[in-house]
Amino acid sequence: MRDNSGARFRTYSLLGLFVFLRPLGNLSLAWGTKHFPQVLSLNPAVYLRAMVDPFVALGIGMLILALLTRMALLSLADLSFVLPVTAIGYVLATLFGQVFLHEAVTLQQWLGSVLIFVGTGVVGTTSQNTTTPGEGSE
Amino acid sequence: MKWLLLSIVVTATALSDLLQSHEMKKAGEQSVGARGLARLLKTIAMRRYLILSIVCLAISFFAFMALVQAEPLSFAVPASASSFILETVLAKFVLKEHVGVRRGAGALLVLGGVMLLAR
Repeated sequence: MRDNSGARFRTYSLLGLFVFLRPLGNLSLAWGTKHFPQVLSLNPAVYLRAMVDPFVALGIGMLILALLTRMALLSLADLSFVLPVTAIGYVLATLFGQVFLHEAVTLQQWLGSVLIFVGTGVVGTTSQNTTTPGEGSE
Repeated sequence: MKWLLLSIVVTATALSDLLQSHEMKKAGEQSVGARGLARLLKTIAMRRYLILSIVCLAISFFAFMALVQAEPLSFAVPASASSFILETVLAKFVLKEHVGVRRGAGALLVLGGVMLLAR
């Protein structure tokens, strides 16, 4: 049995951190870009100007931390475990979209949120790591 | 334009995740405490496939940034999540992960939820 309570606790701690960081980062990024006066195109200068916006910068900072947290998570758990379990973040993104950006959320979307919630719970009952354990840095 | 951006997001994300999962399992357990972050950054710097995965992620990120400006967040986020089905299949066949009945059923429930969310 590869799973043990310590590894499982560390996995869920990283999951909890990631699940909140990503939607908060996306929310900040969306808020900043929606209030940015220029349309984002293939011109990199426009992207650089957008990054100076405090909300865009904060969003990028949170998304970088979320990326590092997810990478640490992938050292402990399978990709096919991490993907559906972290999908709970999309429910939070929908909630944040409605509350902070005043986007309309329909009954169908709330039903989708419930399905994601149940699916996440089902995947959460499976073994987090089904491949060989880490070998350590080469 | 939104479907082109979405295709770029999905493809680049899938490639990035496969590379990350493969390399992080090889690197051993990591954490995000102060010392853990320093070790993680060192691990990233030493592994070229992890650097490539971040390049893919950057491509995905800039495409997502353009998508989220033009479309509602409640479309852009769940629509880009469609990459996880492609990734689950690749995880089974490329990374040799065990995707059993419960994990498969859970992933399908999440897919159904994402499709309802995406409208």
